[in-house]
Amino acid sequence: MVPTGYYVILAAALFAIGALGVLIRRNVIVIFMAIELMLNAVNLAFVAFARQLGSTDGQVFVLFVMTVAAAEAAVGLAIIIAVIRNRESVFADQNALLRW
Amino acid sequence: MALAVFGLLAALLLVGALVVVLHPDSVYSALALVGVMALLAALFVTLDAHLIAAFQVIVYAGAIMVLFLFVIMLIGRPGSGGPFARGKLLWAASGLGAAALAVGLGTMVARSALPTPDAGRAEFGTTTTLARALFTTCLLPFELTSVLLLIAVVGAVVLAKGRPRA
Repeated sequence: MVPTGYYVILAAALFAIGALGVLIRRNVIVIFMAIELMLNAVNLAFVAFARQLGSTDGQVFVLFVMTVAAAEAAVGLAIIIAVIRNRESVFADQNALLRW
Repeated sequence: MALAVFGLLAALLLVGALVVVLHPDSVYSALALVGVMALLAALFVTLDAHLIAAFQVIVYAGAIMVLFLFVIMLIGRPGSGGPFARGKLLWAASGLGAAALAVGLGTMVARSALPTPDAGRAEFGTTTTLARALFTTCLLPFELTSVLLLIAVVGAVVLAKGRPRA
């Protein structure tokens, strides 16, 4: 049986890769995909700890995270489509109107 | 044996995640993300979370990634300027930040000495146990997610449809 720590370290590495993607990419869709990567890393940690504690609560939480992620993806992609329709650019640094 | 399977899955998962983040073409990023989702489902199976693994494939690799690819195809090729942020300072700071995050979280986990769990009960992670928790203790949040999904559907349609004629 693989120790829980291995899974959590893998989740930490996945989260860090997702954070790197958010920082270095310009395409908002890829930034969004990197955010999904981070959400999935957290899900992995949840499931690993659920097995560690022998409790179903972590898995129930993952179900809710997935639901919220699905809602977030639908609304987020709709916002991206609306922004691109108005500004005609998928790049975050060219849609910087709200930036101080 | 279990460790070898985990190592293989973990290595493929990290490679896939790096492709998502570093490939210049967003279509390849999305396809790599589908692979990452599938590998995560396999990892969930090794953690006795069979129902979660099925949902991972259906919801993430199925629904959400189809939505992503659909939007990528709808938008078409991005404009000029390259897929990555410019500036050496930004790259150095981003790389250092991500590495610090990984190392920090990793050492935190490594220091916390998690014991190897004993062999799980047979019914752990099955549809029955999960559904029992979902429909008894978590019934209210479960019903609230249906409202959330309804709001998301309406919001997505309103936002993507364009501005109303005022």
